[in-house]
Amino acid sequence: MSDQLPPSLAAAGSVPPDPDHPTPLARTAATSHGGVATPSDQARSRLGGGAGRNVGLVIALVVLCVVGVATAGERFASLDNAMTILRLAAVYGVVAIGMTFVITGGGIDLSVGSVIGLSSVWASTLATQTMAEDTHWIVMVFTALAVGTVCGVVNGVLIAYGKVVAFIATLAMMVGARGLAEIIANRRTQLVEVDAFLDAFRTEILGISVSVWIFALVAVAGWVLLNRTTFGRRTVAVGGNPEAARLAGIRVKRHTMYLYALSGLAAGIGGLMMLVRTTSGASTHGQLYELDAIAAVVVGGTLLAGGRGTIVGTVFGVLIFSTLTNVFVQNDLSTSAQSVAKGLIIVVAVLLQQQFAARSRRT
Amino acid sequence: MVTVDPQPPVEPSTDAAPLLQMRGIVKHFSGVRALDGVDLDVRPGEVHCLLGQNGAGKSTLIKVLAGAHRPDAGTVEWNGRTANLSNPVAALATGIATMYQELDVVDGLTIAENVYLGHELAAGGLTRRRAAHTRTRELLARLGHDELPPHREVGNLSAAGKQVVSMARALSHDARLIIMDEPSAVLDSEEVANLFRVVRQLTAAGVAVLYISHRLEEIRQIGDRITVLKDGRTVATGLPVATTSTPDLIRLMTGRTVEQVFPPRRTVAADAQPLLHVEGLGLRGVFADVSLTVRAGEVVGLAGLVGSGRSEILETIYGARRATAGRVEVAGTPLRPGSVTAAVQAGIGLAPEERKSQGLLLDEPVYRNVTLSTFGRFAKGPMLDERAERSVARDQLEALELRPADPERSARTLSGGNQQKLMLARWLVHGCRVLLLDEPTRGVDVGARAEIYGLIHALAEAGNAVVVVSSEIDEVLGLADRVLVIAEGRVLHSGPADQIDEHRVLDLVMEGSAA
Repeated sequence: MSDQLPPSLAAAGSVPPDPDHPTPLARTAATSHGGVATPSDQARSRLGGGAGRNVGLVIALVVLCVVGVATAGERFASLDNAMTILRLAAVYGVVAIGMTFVITGGGIDLSVGSVIGLSSVWASTLATQTMAEDTHWIVMVFTALAVGTVCGVVNGVLIAYGKVVAFIATLAMMVGARGLAEIIANRRTQLVEVDAFLDAFRTEILGISVSVWIFALVAVAGWVLLNRTTFGRRTVAVGGNPEAARLAGIRVKRHTMYLYALSGLAAGIGGLMMLVRTTSGASTHGQLYELDAIAAVVVGGTLLAGGRGTIVGTVFGVLIFSTLTNVFVQNDLSTSAQSVAKGLIIVVAVLLQQQFAARSRRT
Repeated sequence: MVTVDPQPPVEPSTDAAPLLQMRGIVKHFSGVRALDGVDLDVRPGEVHCLLGQNGAGKSTLIKVLAGAHRPDAGTVEWNGRTANLSNPVAALATGIATMYQELDVVDGLTIAENVYLGHELAAGGLTRRRAAHTRTRELLARLGHDELPPHREVGNLSAAGKQVVSMARALSHDARLIIMDEPSAVLDSEEVANLFRVVRQLTAAGVAVLYISHRLEEIRQIGDRITVLKDGRTVATGLPVATTSTPDLIRLMTGRTVEQVFPPRRTVAADAQPLLHVEGLGLRGVFADVSLTVRAGEVVGLAGLVGSGRSEILETIYGARRATAGRVEVAGTPLRPGSVTAAVQAGIGLAPEERKSQGLLLDEPVYRNVTLSTFGRFAKGPMLDERAERSVARDQLEALELRPADPERSARTLSGGNQQKLMLARWLVHGCRVLLLDEPTRGVDVGARAEIYGLIHALAEAGNAVVVVSSEIDEVLGLADRVLVIAEGRVLHSGPADQIDEHRVLDLVMEGSAA
């Protein structure tokens, strides 16, 4: 048996053994990309196991649209209404993309809703109180993003280096950031009247509002980051088996911190978008957005336990919920009925997901 | 000596009425035939050994008996009547108790609560804690572990301790047939002796034991008859342990002849470059003053019992634990202590003992597992080049004869031997020159073991430095050029492998532990 091994190992591209200049068996293999992956391999991996689930999400969205058309007719099936749905989806869509990374990496971030509030308040305070006439509005943008990122870094440091359970650390941030926002805003809504700022964000490009463009951009960037970069691969590894990732040389703690920073950044962007949408900063902005974001991520097919995430699924999850809201609003149904429907969707989606996971495990 | 024909199953002798009789058991999992016609007879009071490579269907068969899986076809008779094994409760009621290989204990509960989990001693809905404690203490005493308090939380126990709890639970059911799935995997030799004593007590009382183990020597010691599974079928059943030769068994399991010998080693040139140098390494409370040098082309073995500090030494060299004393050098360059990343960058690779929990992303495809520590190298900037990853992984899988060499399969579907090869592939792609292998053949069947041995030697001959830890002393002595004997965290002996034998190692280990 064993005497057959060395030649076959050599086939990997290693040079004959030489005691003076030992060559690792496969170093050359690592640099010669000889084999070519077949198209079917590529297709299989590109679609992953997610294709089946995405079909389910498309069907769910189509069904909602059919219901919308059937019940509200023209009012639902108009371009204007489609834009309304997208604008509704934009803010928490961005937050949900950030959340997808945290959950794929095996964590949870409950603080995003409060961070939306805090970053909007911080930026609007700057605009209403301290911003001199000659300061450019871009400072507001950076402030919102920085506040979000810093909150995320604090979460990440507590969780990765302080070994605080993610649920607790982000719960503390959720409560604390909301309180800080109230202190800063003095519980008042701060109207923003920086025209240059509002004009910049309230224009439409190709008939689509800037906030929708931001959502689209964040979603595309998120998809590339998760599926095509080393950062995304590390995220999946850290969420799938942190010990294996650590023993493979991945800096698990540092990466975990990055994930929460990313989620904080997404919440900061969300805060900025909120500021634009409402032309005001308020400590009440973004309340319960964390739950909507988590629901969209889970419905989309990202495993709550970590190790598998899908940006496309999250986008569908976001669209399904905002379309649902729209259909209910168009039919003058109460928000309470809406919540019941949302709850049902979450349960059904998770049940389907479990079935899917069980099936893929057995094969 | 009985000659064995692998094709038709050998008819069991009928001098005792079987307790359990399985015929033509078939079980599919979404198109895959896990069991494809299994026959098995177990008599009262015998130790019936179940042999087979990983993936032969042993685990599935056990789960059928435990009521966890329902077979798609076939009959199961118990004492001559059709048995009801439709769920775990029914299986227990029938009299079949199972000790699973994956320790099935609940960490947050006490020993007594675990032992009586699912059949709590209760009166009027209230658990009878005192009775449970008394009975648990009796069971533990029977297992030679009266030192374990029933109120101790199971999460605080070692793997061997958890195995004892699992055994106590099986005993608590007063079963007529106890299934033991690799019970010795986490036990050291003294624990195994305890286990065998209990097995003999059970069989003397008429209880049958279905014993699954990869260790042929154990089967020789404890077994009465053997059934061999291959590819989900019974290839031989009712073979008497005493008269069936090891080569015959291996041939039945693998379908080919495998000499279970260690290939001869080339001598390492005296001037070969020292790749790994460890000086006075210590970890407070675990081990102290470990020094060793491994040259290019050399295999160094660490022999010792479970808990002697062997695995911790490897993990400390690797930086997964931060050393409290000493230093590690790779090819003359000192290593930053307590940093796995630094060790990996310096070219050290660790294949951990617990491959599934410490090594693999089970649901990710094989190629991503192969490139887990190198994917950054295939990236253009931050962007991954999966095509390059796949092709490199495929080349390496083929070189290591990992079958099937399919980079897209999920790691979960691989057998133990193939998972071990996957770990080696990862470090070979990385270009590691120092390989630390912790129990490289744990959970690997006999046929695949010879392959792993050959592979380890081929790795050394290609100029790598290899450190092997194993509980099986013959494995360490057979594989290594030099051996360190370790007990209680101290190095008791260090020298060439051909100048020490198994008895001497055992003597040293026993003395060391007694001291």
